[in-house]
Amino acid sequence: MTSPSGILNSEQIRAQFPILHQQIEGKPLVYLDNAATTQKPEAVIQAITDFYTQCNANVHRGAHHLSDEATRRFEKARDTVADFIHAGSRKEVIWTSGTTEGINIVASGMAQRLQSGDEVLVTEMEHHANLVTWQQACVRSGAILKIAPIHDNGALNTEAFASLLSQNTKFVALPHISNALGTINPVKELTALAREKGALVLIDGAQGVAHGNVNVTDIGCDFYAFSGHKLFGPTGIGVLWGKEKVLQDWPVWQTGGEMIAKVTYECSTWGELPNRLEAGTPNIAGAIGLGAAIDWFMSLDLSAVQAHEQALMASALEQAEAFEGLKIIGNAPNKIGVLSFNLQGSHPADVGFILDRQGIAIRTGDHCAQPLMRRLDVPGTARASFSVYNTLEEVDALFVALKKAQSMLA
Amino acid sequence: MKLPNSEEIVEDLAFFDDWEQRYQYIIDLGKSIPPMDENLKTDDRLVRGCQSSVWLVSHDQNGTLQFQVDSDAVIVNGLLALVMAAYNDRTPAQILDFDIDDYFKQLDLERHITPTRGNGLRAIVARIRAIAKAKK
Ligand SMILES: Cc1ncc(COP(=O)(O)O)c(C=O)c1O
Repeated sequence: MTSPSGILNSEQIRAQFPILHQQIEGKPLVYLDNAATTQKPEAVIQAITDFYTQCNANVHRGAHHLSDEATRRFEKARDTVADFIHAGSRKEVIWTSGTTEGINIVASGMAQRLQSGDEVLVTEMEHHANLVTWQQACVRSGAILKIAPIHDNGALNTEAFASLLSQNTKFVALPHISNALGTINPVKELTALAREKGALVLIDGAQGVAHGNVNVTDIGCDFYAFSGHKLFGPTGIGVLWGKEKVLQDWPVWQTGGEMIAKVTYECSTWGELPNRLEAGTPNIAGAIGLGAAIDWFMSLDLSAVQAHEQALMASALEQAEAFEGLKIIGNAPNKIGVLSFNLQGSHPADVGFILDRQGIAIRTGDHCAQPLMRRLDVPGTARASFSVYNTLEEVDALFVALKKAQSMLA
Repeated sequence: MKLPNSEEIVEDLAFFDDWEQRYQYIIDLGKSIPPMDENLKTDDRLVRGCQSSVWLVSHDQNGTLQFQVDSDAVIVNGLLALVMAAYNDRTPAQILDFDIDDYFKQLDLERHITPTRGNGLRAIVARIRAIAKAKK
């Protein structure tokens, strides 16, 4: 899907996304809400259809052909994930319903281990999924939640982050890429700082996975959580990756079928990884769909994908900076995928309304990051977020539509 | 500017044939709602939509209900003006009898009052009806 020059062929890519070829309000759909969820290529839709039409059965259980085939496809998807994120082994890949559940597995386990006086460090740019979870783990355990501040431009204040780490820091959770601002955090360096103090580290990878290669081994973190639906896969499936030696005695999350070894009326023993953290019938079609999504994504030239996304971002930033009365919210030097902004004197919801009428889908609001909005002193932002199938023409269309919004709202 | 009544609004909006004119009309209505005194904007008067905030103040005046509304988003404010045209200065019985869904349908704006829109309009209507019910 790459021309010899390493330039992405957007037309060929767009052709694989049936949903993109429609009109909204008589105008071609311009989908710029990719940080909320990405669209699905035909390969993913087909893999799900194939599963239900060819081999739907429960996994791991049946001594029959369909179950064997379902299990094979389901476990193959696990291998695909393990390769994709460079996991140490397939046992480290736990299926979840999404990033939120992955973080909850870790935070609820951690709540059983934290003691009063221990500290958990998160950042000012968290999505509620990586904030409320830790806040509640601290409430339950008596630990103290510390917040690493950002600079006004939306970059993490790494000096302040480092100075908040101490021998009391037992856990550090931070996003790979901020959903509200697009800031890319130097996760490898930050992880190394945290591990020096002996803290465990979780990276919220919800936005990190869709923009290129993630290497959890290289990052050196203990946990990495993400959602399939932001990576061209279906909703309702996600992954919690954890280091085998950390996961193998992690407090179990849900209990029930599949995750046990031996059960009596008095007590039970738990199974091996990954099953011990996967109670009940899993989202089989979802896992297979996510495997197909990763296969599809990996078939692209990832350096061309990154170059394309950087070109979209550069064009968006250039036009935003030249746009009188537009304020960019979050302009860290290292950012990707997201342009958050406000039009002076206009509420982001109004801007979103008028863009919607012109076929342009963006998100407006607090982006599940209320404390961050308060820190930036905005009621919310309008957020355009880009993916591999977006084009430079669509970025231009965004700014034409914004001009109209500005003149109507003036 | 004196705010139009609900019949006038239905007539005005029917007159426009493109979305831009219709939304411009709603935006202008939104701007003409007198802003609410900041110290009236307390949490108990706040009706939260997930995108924008809406405040509602009400009082009873000789058997009719008087409302004051304000939103931080101007289009929501304009839509609130449409709601006010239907409900303000009416008796509780008139309020409860009014078919707001049909009204928004006539305005060809029904998508704004569906429960899935996080603009707080549905919640405001529910609160106004609850106030009317309590007075009846
Ligand atoms: C940075 C970040 N973390 C966590 C989440 C939660 O993901 P999900 O709702 O798929 O569990 C999101 C999704 O919006 C996100 O962007």
